[in-house]
Amino acid sequence: MFVSYKWLQDYVDLSGVSADELAEKITKSGIEVEGVEVLNEGITGVVVGHVVERVQHPNADKLSKCQVDIGQGEPVQIICGAPNVAQGQKVAVATVGAVLPGNFKIKRAKLRGEESNGMICSLTELGMEAKIVPKEYSEGIFVFPQDAEVGTDALSLLNRDDEVLELGLTPNRADCLSMLGVAYEVAAILGREVKLPESDLQPVNEKATDYITVKVDANEDNPLYAAKVIKNVKIGPAPLWMQTRLMSAGIRPHNNVVDITNYILLEYGQPLHAFDYDRLGSKEILVRRAQDGEKFVTLDDAERTLTFDHLVITNGTEPVALAGVMGGANSEVSSDTTTVLLEAAYFTGGTVRKASKDHGLRSEASARFEKGVDPNRVRAAGERAAYLMAKYAGGEVLEGASEVDTLTVEPAVVSINLEKINSVIGTNLTVQDVEAIFERLQFAVNVEGNVITVTAPTRRGDIKIEEDLIEEVARLYGYDNIPKTLPIGSATPGKLSDYQEKRRIVRQYLEGAGLYQAVTYSLTSEEKAAQFALEKRDFIRLAMPMSEDRSILRLSIMPQLLEVLKYNSARQNDSLAVYETGAVFLANGNEVLPEEQEHLAGAITGLWHSHSWQGEKKAVDFYVLKGILEGLFAKLGLTDSVTYVQAKVDNMHPGRTAEIHLNGERIGFVGQVHPTMQKELDLKDTYVFELSLKAVLEAATASLRYEAIPRFPSITRDIALVVDKETVSGVLRDIIQTAGGKLLKEVIVFDLYEGERMEEGKKSIAYSLKYMDPERTLTDEEVTKVHTQVLEALKEKAGAVLRG
Amino acid sequence: MQERLKELQQEAIQKIEQSSSLKELNDIRVAYLGKKGPITEVLRGMGKLSAEERPIMGALANEVREAIATILEAKQKDLEEAAVLEKLASESIDVTLPGRPVKVGNHHPLTRIIEEIEDLFIGMGYQVAEGPEVEQDYYNFEALNLPKGHPARDMQDSFYIKDEILLRTHTSPVQARTMEKNQGKGPIKIICPGKVYRRDNDDATHSHQFMQIEGLVVGENIRMSDLKGTLEVFAKKMFGEDREIRLRPSFFPFTEPSVEMDISCMICGGHGCNVCKKTGWIEILGAGMVHPNVLEMAGYDSKKYTGFAFGMGPERIAMLKYGVDDIRHFYTNDVRFIKQFAKHE
Ligand SMILES: [Zn+2]
Repeated sequence: MFVSYKWLQDYVDLSGVSADELAEKITKSGIEVEGVEVLNEGITGVVVGHVVERVQHPNADKLSKCQVDIGQGEPVQIICGAPNVAQGQKVAVATVGAVLPGNFKIKRAKLRGEESNGMICSLTELGMEAKIVPKEYSEGIFVFPQDAEVGTDALSLLNRDDEVLELGLTPNRADCLSMLGVAYEVAAILGREVKLPESDLQPVNEKATDYITVKVDANEDNPLYAAKVIKNVKIGPAPLWMQTRLMSAGIRPHNNVVDITNYILLEYGQPLHAFDYDRLGSKEILVRRAQDGEKFVTLDDAERTLTFDHLVITNGTEPVALAGVMGGANSEVSSDTTTVLLEAAYFTGGTVRKASKDHGLRSEASARFEKGVDPNRVRAAGERAAYLMAKYAGGEVLEGASEVDTLTVEPAVVSINLEKINSVIGTNLTVQDVEAIFERLQFAVNVEGNVITVTAPTRRGDIKIEEDLIEEVARLYGYDNIPKTLPIGSATPGKLSDYQEKRRIVRQYLEGAGLYQAVTYSLTSEEKAAQFALEKRDFIRLAMPMSEDRSILRLSIMPQLLEVLKYNSARQNDSLAVYETGAVFLANGNEVLPEEQEHLAGAITGLWHSHSWQGEKKAVDFYVLKGILEGLFAKLGLTDSVTYVQAKVDNMHPGRTAEIHLNGERIGFVGQVHPTMQKELDLKDTYVFELSLKAVLEAATASLRYEAIPRFPSITRDIALVVDKETVSGVLRDIIQTAGGKLLKEVIVFDLYEGERMEEGKKSIAYSLKYMDPERTLTDEEVTKVHTQVLEALKEKAGAVLRG
Repeated sequence: MQERLKELQQEAIQKIEQSSSLKELNDIRVAYLGKKGPITEVLRGMGKLSAEERPIMGALANEVREAIATILEAKQKDLEEAAVLEKLASESIDVTLPGRPVKVGNHHPLTRIIEEIEDLFIGMGYQVAEGPEVEQDYYNFEALNLPKGHPARDMQDSFYIKDEILLRTHTSPVQARTMEKNQGKGPIKIICPGKVYRRDNDDATHSHQFMQIEGLVVGENIRMSDLKGTLEVFAKKMFGEDREIRLRPSFFPFTEPSVEMDISCMICGGHGCNVCKKTGWIEILGAGMVHPNVLEMAGYDSKKYTGFAFGMGPERIAMLKYGVDDIRHFYTNDVRFIKQFAKHE
């Protein structure tokens, strides 16, 4: 809503309050003023001139040579390029020395050999937007009415010496979609009176009901319809002050009748519609739902196909307007109109919203109906419009109106206890303080003891319950004046849950290990949604996606993380380590919420160490990433619960991938991205893992107990085994551990050899075994005994022999 | 003989002083103090002396030996020290060469902001509540006083999956769920961070997925002044002790009264600049007293219980706090961007 500071003064005395100060006060008490525009900012030296002579420029077809009286002695010569300039016009002249928007300075000039002392201006040249300039002046200069006084300030005459406050209205404050609504608000803020506009209607001795009958077949959508008739109107321009006020509010002037309906829309917040009575083709108005497929041409000349959801005004048979949205071309007011049928009606928000949305017709009128107009202002708005049509369009207003009224208007009556107000806001207001606030708002208020009963005016449809009253008190008391306290009452322990704390530990650990945290999108494409999923489930698809790329909820983080690597690799960052924690979405059937499983995914690519002047370089490999995971599981006390099982996973290297098992359950995978996919993504060798963080953190319940530091020495025996190439280390370690029993404290792989010196199909793998008894010093014999058992078990179960 | 000894002493001391290496010094030791050295030789000739002279000569010879040994030792120490210094000098390195980098990653800036806010409220007795990102229409809208047909829940603005299931458009459903779980009893003090989704085209200021963090306090005597006090603590801790706050009335369907909180601009200190659009104030969050309908729907007696709620966007806070100019940076994950948020501040 654009509010003209000058116009607002018609209703509230603003003396002593500048536009900026007013803006600040309005913002602080509830409606955000998003900006204050000074309409004549950067414009000087524009006066009203009289074109006393206009002749063709001798050297240019499209230019006129004008002699213009600007009230400074002899007329000055001005060359003008506008097609509509004519002798006798009163025009806006930017005199020599004037400044126009964009710091455009007017200088004496010669145009095609003829002297020019200034410029005759169009409205856009004076800083107005083209879309609000009246059509007749859109291609040329603006022409003032003949009574404009030569030499006076043209901007003042155009009401540009004004400031416009742009209100950012929340949906509950539709009352401020009108100058009067804003006036009530400002009056409450300033503690001043509201002056209502005059409406001194003198009807002629004929009845509107003789001209028109109104019938409504859809009372729920249209509980009130009033039709007034104004005859003998003379269509012409509206008075300049009215046109300029419309323009300041962003509305283009058309003619006096249409402008008056728009003016009342702004003044009362009540949309009206003017029909050409003679073009209706009947003496009847019938409001009804449209038939499915019914066609109708709106006054923008577009043919609309209607449905039963849309409400139409008809002449009994044919639609003449789409209710609350737009009139029809068939009944539009034109320059020939002599009798006007003026509609003042109450259409419900839902009806209008549906129609305006279906037809893409959001207008000033539809916006007001959608948010709800004041049911008590419908008739008053019609009366005032009729009065203005009599005054400014020479019309004769017929007595009364033809009406259908099923609207029940019951103002909200809400009672509240003073204690409630003070206990919710945290203040110590008295009954008198509260009463005074409601009086400023012009709400009827009745006090009995500590109970305050308020009757909210119908313009404030947002006031319904106690809390609405509390808000009115709080905002007019001033949020600045509310004290600052902290909640009192029983203490609540502030802490993270066990799960949340462990998630933080996981993040810290991974970052300490060199991985950066990424946050990617949950929505992905069909192609990617299926990749790397730990569980195959149905896709969860958006009903109305914005693009195919963001249409399905992810089943895995990995595709997104690989995109991150791709993005960075393409920007000279091909050595990179990232991780992400976040939900993946597992469908549970159609009408139930999916299971959201928190996953952890990591990816490393390129060089792990690099850029060292000491010359060290190390590319990422499986064991770098596995080491990170082992560290993580150790941190969470899960080392003994996790195993790695060689496996094949889609899009992963078939020989370099393991499933991660937690207590025997598959919870994730780790390995190298399939070289084909690496190539597609233009990545160097890339190792990744993804696992169910939920499963891991829920299993991580280890408690911490101190273990005595060994007081007795350990004995270490190293063995190098020769085994078949296919024998995996994990199997050998299990054999060693089982055979070693409780004296065996540690098994470390310290060498692996698969080179030429080995027999075909064999490899050598070396272990260091540490034996220890916490209670005493072991003897060599004891160790030898156990160690021999280990070697025998290795031979028996894995065919492992000691390397010679 | 006596002279010969003195001579030897002189000679040895001179040689010791002139010596420049440990080896040379050792040669001198062997030459003068060794079994085949001249002093031993002199002592060997003592047989020719009288019984009176012998002890005197013996003493003198020992004196000479000791003098030589003492000086020799001192010299040896000097030479050893010099040798160590020389060795150390040869070991010197270029200390200006860079150290071996330790590989460390860091939090995504949004996580950083969220954890900072979480910790701040944990310190004030809040717990962190989380909930599903795919929600029922009921928790996302209806339980929050947004009945069907409410203009603020336009189909166009939300990602629906089925008629009654959608991607949550805010983290408020977590509040509704928490209240419902508490079965009409207080107190509740929670902070709810998480991802939310809206049907927006991604551009410099919009993202179809973004973060939100909301807070909720429900109790028997929760006042608007408590909200104001809480928000001030938050603003000062988050944006600096010299920040001032301003509450403006606003409108949200789930709170009444509703407010928006501005903080005095941290860029210009409130004098007006481009960041604060010349107003001196920056909008940070929306808040309000929990709407009685919301309390009642969750099973609370709104005559007995009141509450406040607030909500903010970590992206916006990060953009303001760190001067990030494009929301898309948060989801592109350019490591050159993420790296910048490693520093402790
Ligand atoms: Zn600023």
